[in-house]
Amino acid sequence: MGDVLPFHFQVVAALIFAIGALGVMLRRNMIVMFMSIELMLNAANLSLVAFSREIGNDQGQILAFIVMVVAAVEVAVGLAIIISLVRNRDTVNIEDTSQMKW
Amino acid sequence: MRTALFWIFSVMAVGSALGVVGSLRSPINSALSLVLSMLALAGLYVLLEAQFVGLIQVMVYAGAIVVLFLFVIMLLNLRGSGAGSAESRPIGKAAGAVVAVGAVLWLVRRLAASRAPWPEVDPTYGTTRAIGEALYTDYVLSVQVAGVLLLAGIIAAVVLAKKKID
Amino acid sequence: METSTVFVALFLFVLVLLVFSPIMTWVERKQSALMQNRIGANRAEVFGIKALGLIHPLADAIKMIMKEDMVPTGAHRFLHLVSPFIAVVPAIISFAVIPYGGTYQMWGANVSLCVADLDYGVLYVFAIGSIATYGSMLAGWAGNNNFGMLGSIRVSAQMISYEVALGITVVGLFMIFGTLRLTEIGVMQQETFRLFGFLEHLDLVSAGTAWLEWIRIPMWGIVLQPLPFFMFLTALMAENKRAPFDTPEGESEIVAGYFIEYSGMKFGLYMMGEWIEVVVISALLTAMFLGGWSLPWVSESGMISALTPSFGENMANLIAMVLAVHVFLIKVVALIWFQMLIRWSMPRFRYDQVMNLGWKILLPLSLANIVITAFGILIVQEVTR
Repeated sequence: MGDVLPFHFQVVAALIFAIGALGVMLRRNMIVMFMSIELMLNAANLSLVAFSREIGNDQGQILAFIVMVVAAVEVAVGLAIIISLVRNRDTVNIEDTSQMKW
Repeated sequence: MRTALFWIFSVMAVGSALGVVGSLRSPINSALSLVLSMLALAGLYVLLEAQFVGLIQVMVYAGAIVVLFLFVIMLLNLRGSGAGSAESRPIGKAAGAVVAVGAVLWLVRRLAASRAPWPEVDPTYGTTRAIGEALYTDYVLSVQVAGVLLLAGIIAAVVLAKKKID
Repeated sequence: METSTVFVALFLFVLVLLVFSPIMTWVERKQSALMQNRIGANRAEVFGIKALGLIHPLADAIKMIMKEDMVPTGAHRFLHLVSPFIAVVPAIISFAVIPYGGTYQMWGANVSLCVADLDYGVLYVFAIGSIATYGSMLAGWAGNNNFGMLGSIRVSAQMISYEVALGITVVGLFMIFGTLRLTEIGVMQQETFRLFGFLEHLDLVSAGTAWLEWIRIPMWGIVLQPLPFFMFLTALMAENKRAPFDTPEGESEIVAGYFIEYSGMKFGLYMMGEWIEVVVISALLTAMFLGGWSLPWVSESGMISALTPSFGENMANLIAMVLAVHVFLIKVVALIWFQMLIRWSMPRFRYDQVMNLGWKILLPLSLANIVITAFGILIVQEVTR
């Protein structure tokens, strides 16, 4: 594959994962936080598929496929929760939905 | 050629990931950047000879999950609620960026020692037939469990998003 | 890339963009006129030549290009510009995997009449079809208009609902043919099977009876899976948002739905995308269910070897190639006619009827079809062992 080494893909996956983690921690919009979680899942998938190719068997791809299924379910349920939350609290800012004292 | 494609797709993936997190104007911009990122990752999968996973990435992630995100954004009519004053955290962003970049650099240093080449795989690697055979013979339990999980998710989503009938 | 692939791609490009899309407007006008007992549009003329109304597509194109391109205030300018292209491009690039013929050996070159003979050909069309959802969905949002957004919500819900039925209806066909490659499916449909051959295997008739050979049926997809053909056609028409499924652009309900802020050539692009999608639907159905590029009961390799003594191998292959393209296009045109027929005879479905059809009727039927097909394959394998 030219001079693209296996660890290049791991670096890309790590970068996307880091960006997603930063998004979850620093953004306050519920939907953008959820999208950052999806980014992290995608980065993990990329890492899995790259390692699967490096080893030479397809176990990583199958795990990536199952992770995609789980991510789809999580998005469906999570968005349903977000819809109910936004309808009830009338805000999309996650700090306004917190009922803690401090 | 593959090197060029790798760099194009990687830059697109990382750039649109930054677009998802850093787009302050509207969640729609974040969602569109997410689509771009998914498509770039699908391109990377196809580069890694994982055709089936790449196709499923486009069909499921870019074609259904982000559509669901956009649908919810439109349903709730979140026009400009991207950022408020609550979003500006300069110390948090700086610290986060430093930690993230440091972690990635450390990872690069650890992994760069091993310069192992790509192993040869036969042409049926990653094809639909190979994945299908493996899924339904060796990993059939995970397929069944994923099916039950999907059923539970469907029921949960329908119940949660229903309006209360009083 | 071989030169033959480039030529096939160019041929398809010219055929689709320059021939099919303007002709489709003419077909829509004239066919609806015939069905409704009127004449249709026939006033456009060039130097007094009216050409049965074929000048009208040109007049339409000129009119649309010269219209003012309005972008409403508060609209998302980039999305407003890009959405028509996101709607049209998936329809055009779906042609890449559709085979117009098999592979032919002509003058030392191996000409394959399929631009990209992908191993997962049909999955590519489904994946590209999923992307086409964005073109319509973002259009309504980009216009900053409440009616537009209502149309967007309707269209995204309708399209993703029918994507589910789309994928599952054809699983039975893939189980029988055992491949996703459209060229292989086209080749497999050239075989024939004896209609009453099972009598021989059940020992009700002695082996080698002659009259069994007379009743042979080609193994077309529609013969093996009749109900999925209509389910697939329904799901594809619902994806196309035409025919009775055009609630998103419901002209009498929500004032043109998600098209509402588009004028001029951008609107023309949406219409063009819909018509090209009609051709894609016809081509896909032909390739998978109606035998592709082959005439029934005529095996292509047999025809080539029969023609070779008199014409030479190159000419025999050329004749077979021209015949294949003609047969394919005739079938595609027949299906286009059928889709136009449905569009102009059925009233628009209500939105809840559309959702009902997608989830409560098509999905259980397609799942039942998978189970029945699996049983059928097992029975046939047992009987013919």
